[in-house]
Formats: sequence, C-alpha cells, structure tokens
Amino acid sequence: MHTVVIGVIGADVHAVGNKIIDHVLTENDFNVVNIGVLSSQEDFINAAIETDAKAILVSSLYGHGELDCRYMKENCEEAGLGHVKLYVGGNIVVGKQDFKTVEERFKKMGFDRVYPPGTDIKKAVRDLREDLG
Amino acid sequence: MNMSVHLLVDFGSTYTKLTAVDVEKETIIGTSRAMTTVKTDVLEGFNLALEKLENAHPEMGEITAVSACSSAAGGLKMAAVGLVEELTAEAAKRACLGAGALVNHVFSHHLSKKEIKQLKNADVDIILLAGGTDGGNKECILHNAQKLKNADLGIPIIVAGNKDAADEIDEIFSGTDTEYYIVDNVMPKLKKLNVDPAKEVIRKIFITRIIEAKGIAKAQEKTGDIIMPTPESVLLAAELLAKGFEDEEGFGELMVIDIGGATTDVHTIGEGFPKRTEVLLKGLQEPFAKRTVEGDLGMRYSANALLSLVSPYEFKQYYTLEDEYNLEASVKKRHENVDYLPDTEEEKAFDKALARICCDYSMSRHVGTVEVVYTPLGNMYYQTGKDLSDINYVIGTGGVLINSDEPKQILKEVNKKSNKKLELRPSDPAFLIDEAYILASMGLLSQKHPKLALRLLKRHLK
Repeated sequence: MHTVVIGVIGADVHAVGNKIIDHVLTENDFNVVNIGVLSSQEDFINAAIETDAKAILVSSLYGHGELDCRYMKENCEEAGLGHVKLYVGGNIVVGKQDFKTVEERFKKMGFDRVYPPGTDIKKAVRDLREDLG
Repeated sequence: MNMSVHLLVDFGSTYTKLTAVDVEKETIIGTSRAMTTVKTDVLEGFNLALEKLENAHPEMGEITAVSACSSAAGGLKMAAVGLVEELTAEAAKRACLGAGALVNHVFSHHLSKKEIKQLKNADVDIILLAGGTDGGNKECILHNAQKLKNADLGIPIIVAGNKDAADEIDEIFSGTDTEYYIVDNVMPKLKKLNVDPAKEVIRKIFITRIIEAKGIAKAQEKTGDIIMPTPESVLLAAELLAKGFEDEEGFGELMVIDIGGATTDVHTIGEGFPKRTEVLLKGLQEPFAKRTVEGDLGMRYSANALLSLVSPYEFKQYYTLEDEYNLEASVKKRHENVDYLPDTEEEKAFDKALARICCDYSMSRHVGTVEVVYTPLGNMYYQTGKDLSDINYVIGTGGVLINSDEPKQILKEVNKKSNKKLELRPSDPAFLIDEAYILASMGLLSQKHPKLALRLLKRHLK
C-alpha cells in the first residue's frame, strides 16, 4: 500500500475538497496521511519524511497557490525527497487563466501532475497508480 | 497502640527527604531531611533523617511499608534520537521528560560521527531511539541503530520507532553486549503521541540498572526497590490531584512549578485544546500530563546560566528593593556555594528576583503560543502547544518557594503578560504552595494508596 500526503496549502481553509480526496484515495487502497488545511510546505515535507510517502498532493482553492508552491520542489529535494511525486490541483492561480500555460508553469516549478478546477479525483487515482506502480 | 506507618523516601540531589504517613488515621505524622550522602554511603543520610524523624515523633509506631524515589547523583539523564526534529525527535524527548529524565541531547535525522562522539562523552544513562511512523520511514532508524551498535557505548537503548524496522533492529543488536528493548512507536501515526510503553521501560531500566550504577542501590536494603525518578512521582501526584480518584474529587486542570537549585520543572495536567473555533491546532500531539525541564533556570547550580538570559536592565524589573546590588558577584556566590541560604533582606530579595525569572521564563517555554494567519475568510490562528489560559490551580514547590515569605508573589509570574500576548499562559489561577514538601512522596504513596494520597494532597497544599 502506497502512502501519500494530502493537504491544503497556505492560508487556505477550504476543507471540503480535502475530505473528499481523503475519502476517495482511502477507498482506493492508498494509505492517506491528511495534514488538513492551513498547511505550510514544511508541514507537507515533514509528514512525507516520517511516513515515507511516495507522493504529495497539494490542494489550493483560494487563488494564491502559485505563491504558496514556489520552490516546493527545491525544498523537497533539499529534504531528501527528490523521488517523491508532487501533484497540485484546484484554483491554483489568480483569476481565470488559460490552463495550458498554468500547467506549463507548474511543471516548470517541478510538479509532476497539475489539475484544473473541477477535475474528478478519480483521474488523480489513475495517475497515482501509473506513477507509483 | 496499633499503627500502620508508610514511610516515603525521596533521595534528592541535595537532601534525602522522609515523610511518614499514618495509613489508618490518614495523617502525615511528620517529615524530616538530611544531606544526601551518595559519595560515601547513601544510607548515612537516610539513617540520620530517620533518626531525626523518630526523635521528633516518638509516638510513631513501627514502619510497615517503605517506598522510595530518587533524583540523587544527577538524576536520570537521557538522550533522544528521532527523524524529523519537530516530530519523532520531539516525541522521543517528551517520552523521556514524562518518565522524569533530564534530556540534554536530542538528535534528529542520521547520527553523525560527531554526534556519536557527543553521546560517548555525555554521561547519558539511557538512549531512546525513535524515527518514522509505523509503516513510514525505516531507513533512518536502521542507520542510527547500526551506528549505535558500532559505537558500542555500553548504554541501554530503547527502540521506539517504526514497527516495520523492529525485526531488522533486533537482528542488529542481538548477539552484541548492548542492552536493548524494543517497544511500541512513540509516534505511530503522524503527530499522534504514544509515550507510555517507552516510559514503562525507562522506569524498569531505572529500577534495575541506573540505581545500581549511581551507587544508590545500597539504600534498597532499607527501602526496598527505588521505584521511580523523583520528577515522575511529582508528575503522578499532580495527575492524581487533577483527576481525582473514585468518589474523591480532584482539582481539575492544574500546573505544578518546581524551582530547584539546578533546574525548573513545569508540569501541567490538562488537554490545553484551543478555546475558540477560529484557532487551529498545529504540531505534534501534547501529552495530557506534560513535563518540561529547564536546565538553565535554577537558583544555584544554574544561576550563572540564568544571568546570560536576562540583561541587567531586565533583571531590575524583577528585583523589588531600591537598593543597589552587584549582579555578577551575587550570582557567582550562589553558583559556587550551592547550599547558600540568604541571610539579609537584600539577599532574600535577590533570590526572589531569580525565582521570578525562573518562573517567567520556564512558563514562556512551557505554554503554547498562537500566531495569526490572514486568510481571505478573515483572521485565523494557529495554536502550537497547550492553551493553559483556563487552568484552575498553579502549585508551587521547591526550596525557594516553600521558604519564601511571599511565594505567591513569585508564582504570579506565570500569569498572562501584556508583553507576551501570544503566549497562552494562565489568566486567573488560584495559587497553592506545597508547604510540607510532600508532592513527590504523595506520588509514591499513590502507587499503593491513591485515595489517601489524594486526600493528604488536598489537605496540605495551601
């Protein structure tokens, strides 16, 4: 069973989506470590180190995700988590922007998977299975 | 006259303290103390104290039971090793503190050669090795176990980390001379604390081995097993007093502050959860009975360390007399002369100032804090640690508080302060003093007579 860390990054308190992700991933046989809302990069990283997680799924709904996720990949590498898959999804940028360019920017920042608003979580489940084997 | 006398013995770092309890009449017959004599024969001090007690209370009948605790010869010293500093390393440290140990060495991530060397030179009694949640990281704890095996320190090791690594660690240590124990993880799930199994083994090693190594074992001819380190008995007494026992009600959430010569210990019994809905709890789970120890806050041995914490200007804020004083000379006198007792008004005021600093600073480090997070939905708050603003009672113990004319003046330093707004300190507690110096003995007594210990505590804390 693969361990994954999920949570909502930054000063973002949107808890509903977080609970749905927890529920669906658990049902699909993932060992979910949910660090909840208002989580910092450090919280994600510390949790992933102790639990030996294979992926970190970052949620953000309030528009400031791009700021909150800056240097997250670099910080993971610094903490010895270079091998851990990084996913991000939600309303991750300010305003309405073309998702293709958003995805490109986040991939450049080191994220392996980037999801637009309204993505079915089952898509992430399929991607996790593919990425983690 | 038929009497059932239970004698409680605390082999302290300075004094051996005795308390005699009449179990049938439910009274404290008397207390006495004599200097602890570890260097020669620990029984010398014990016998002297017993003689004093018997002379003062000739009516005391035959002693029918004895229980003892000890913090003599430096107390119990432990090192904690974990993976992430704020998680398993902290969990391991809390297990040690809860068991009554002094923890001067905490290491996180992979142990380096330098850290192993530090451990070698550190005069540590037990090492607690943690790392990884159950099913989580095991690479780090395996690395550290291997390092500790190779170093062959001759110190008992308690392994309380990721259970998935337990078998491999067993293989690493089996067949070596290292005394090792494998117990349940101190942090089985992220941020979940589970310190009791580790604490139990710490106590076991303390009884079977540490007492022997410190030259106190001889006392056991007279006292039976020395069953725990003194700070643990204080914590047990505090827990009993807070919770109550059967139909005998307790005091509810409370705090004990013990200002000693070398350290200041703070114990709180209570959940300390956030009091408002917009406050979110962060970080590792807090133990219900929590103890912190400040090795740089003490009245004598640590008086010089204390001086480096406060500037002369700050010191003045704690000193109540108008008179001039020589800060450095006064502190030096206490550091070099650990059994010094203040003889003038000025010296008493100086001790009081030191005690107020111990109280204030130890509180800052013990209580939780809040920080503001500005979210699009308004202000939210993070709380790290315990919210102790609603605590009912603050109980003071230790020589300086017990012997002070105005101990409650000193204890008031624990209260909320306008310049420390983000600290979740007590706001309006009642203050009690352990006048008869019985907290540790009542912790001991509670192991056999919990209800009696509770009643005596309620009667004698004033």
